[in-house]
Amino acid sequence: MIKRYPLIGILSVVALFTNATVALSEDQIYIPLISKGFQHQFWQAVKTGADQAAAEFGVRITFEGPDNETVVDRQIDMLAAALANKPQAIGFAALDSQAAIPLLRQASEAGIPIVAFDSGVDSDIPVSTTTTNNRAAASLAADKMAKLIGGKGNVAVVAHDQTSRTGIDRRDGFIERIQSNYPSINVVTIQYGAGDQLKSTELTKAILTANPDLAGIFGTNEGSANGVVNGVREMNRRGLVVIGYDSGKAQKDAIRNGLMAGAITQNPVGIGYETVKAAVFAVKGKTLPLTIDTGFYYYDATNIDDPEIAAVLYD
Amino acid sequence: MTASVKPEYHKTLFFRLLGIGIHQKLLAFASLIILLIIFSVTSPNFMQTSNMIAILQAASVNGVLAIAVTLVIITGGIDLSVGTLMTFCAVIAGVVLTYWGMPLPLGILAALLAGALCGLCSGTFVAKMHIPPFIATLGMMLILKGLSLVISGTRPIYFNDTPGFDQIARGSVIGELIPSLPIPNGVLILFIVAITASYILNRTILGRYAFAIGSNEEAVRLSGVNTARWKMTIYALAGSICGIAGILIASRLNSAQPALGLGYELEAIAAVVIGGTSLSGGRGTIVGTLIGALIIATLTNGLRVLAVAQEWQTIVTGAIIILAVYADMLRRKNTA
Repeated sequence: MIKRYPLIGILSVVALFTNATVALSEDQIYIPLISKGFQHQFWQAVKTGADQAAAEFGVRITFEGPDNETVVDRQIDMLAAALANKPQAIGFAALDSQAAIPLLRQASEAGIPIVAFDSGVDSDIPVSTTTTNNRAAASLAADKMAKLIGGKGNVAVVAHDQTSRTGIDRRDGFIERIQSNYPSINVVTIQYGAGDQLKSTELTKAILTANPDLAGIFGTNEGSANGVVNGVREMNRRGLVVIGYDSGKAQKDAIRNGLMAGAITQNPVGIGYETVKAAVFAVKGKTLPLTIDTGFYYYDATNIDDPEIAAVLYD
Repeated sequence: MTASVKPEYHKTLFFRLLGIGIHQKLLAFASLIILLIIFSVTSPNFMQTSNMIAILQAASVNGVLAIAVTLVIITGGIDLSVGTLMTFCAVIAGVVLTYWGMPLPLGILAALLAGALCGLCSGTFVAKMHIPPFIATLGMMLILKGLSLVISGTRPIYFNDTPGFDQIARGSVIGELIPSLPIPNGVLILFIVAITASYILNRTILGRYAFAIGSNEEAVRLSGVNTARWKMTIYALAGSICGIAGILIASRLNSAQPALGLGYELEAIAAVVIGGTSLSGGRGTIVGTLIGALIIATLTNGLRVLAVAQEWQTIVTGAIIILAVYADMLRRKNTA
């Protein structure tokens, strides 16, 4: 049998093994999470948080995401398959803020509450959005920067882009705090390096050449921050205060060996946890705030190994 | 136990009447049915109208791309640029409709023309400049990926100002006639493209030359046929079919996503191969490709509905692609 019809053979094997994994119990709440990614450390941390909440509230979750952040249509196919299982609620991190709206509307009309996570959807369909308050996080970076450079001097921003929500919020959160609270600090330039490490390195070197008296630089995401560190190292500028964003091995090393003063980290575990928690609350008919801040931390060489911080950092 | 079944089993009158061509499709078709049965048995939520429609919809873009690649593969070539060409055509439609504010038919026409023109470029590289198809279309794949980003300014172009655009793939003409069967237009378009391509391959001189060139290009050339011209025509035709795929995906997402497209060519080629088309050219069917695309969509959807861990989904899909092609080869050996 197997010899003549190998296809049938393997399919039966697949069927047996999948059957075992999907012990659907009818009364358990089922919440699929469709994320923006799957294999990146950031998304795995989100999954960890989601699993924690699932265990705590006794619900069943699945966590899926496309291979990269460009395949918008594949993410919609994932959402369609998730809807087929008649879930009680859905967690969704949209790759494109508009493309999934017809399907989300369909879900919403079928009475399935949707919790958006990480990034929002351009509509009022989601009952709540769990995300990092990037603006507040960047203001914290501004406070730390001001303290480290002694409340006066020139600083620069190397941002990842000027169009995405995170790019705008992090840049504006930093600049607005400096302008409103620290009149003796001057933001001399804002440059955009697309989150590309090499591009950000070149930008940083140009900034340092143009501003020999610069006291500090804020890099708004992992690639930007690493680029800033590279640029400062290649120009051999000691004593310049660098503050970064997110984590990753390079950034953690830079903080440990003093090239970077510290960085803001989002709380991906918290994003996952709060998303599942909000979905459970939505199923139980509780009202939810429109946005749920999942929190952020500032970490530096002194607290990088604290369990609370280490849990939300990734390599 | 079944080892005792002799090859004569296949030679019943029924199969002889249908001929070998149909016979080959039967195997792929049987695999599809088996998949559907297995998933229906293992998950109570799999077999419902809305999920079947989701599968058809997931197969529509890949199916159209796979049909385009089938044409090229039959001539003994390959087209790696179909995915990014699709995106390029979607972006062109976005520029014409959203940036220039032209009426809908012009946008569609522009996408199809852009596709045909790019296909013609690939065809020229292959047929006139004798660059191996793999390299020529690899180059085109990268050029088109870059062009899409440049033209769109690396931002998605939305079609909110073009009323009716999202209905091209999302709307349902069938659903208006039969409300219980809301099959999206995108699926309808896939089948129309399939029927047209099948007609061209089997009933026109272009189709005959495509098979002939794929079997023995030198012989065809020596009998006085301008093979370069026919090959270029096939690549251009494949390109315009990618234009249709571009319109489909843009309509489905109501936006042209300029970064998307890389990797779609491999999934299309997988559908072609599962459908029994030979990568060495000269042999293949559109029906097979269509079934291949449906198998991939069913498998992907079914594994998701079963909530198989994502790591395992890709492993299972890969294994099934290899097995499907192996089964087809075994069958071919038996009937040869």
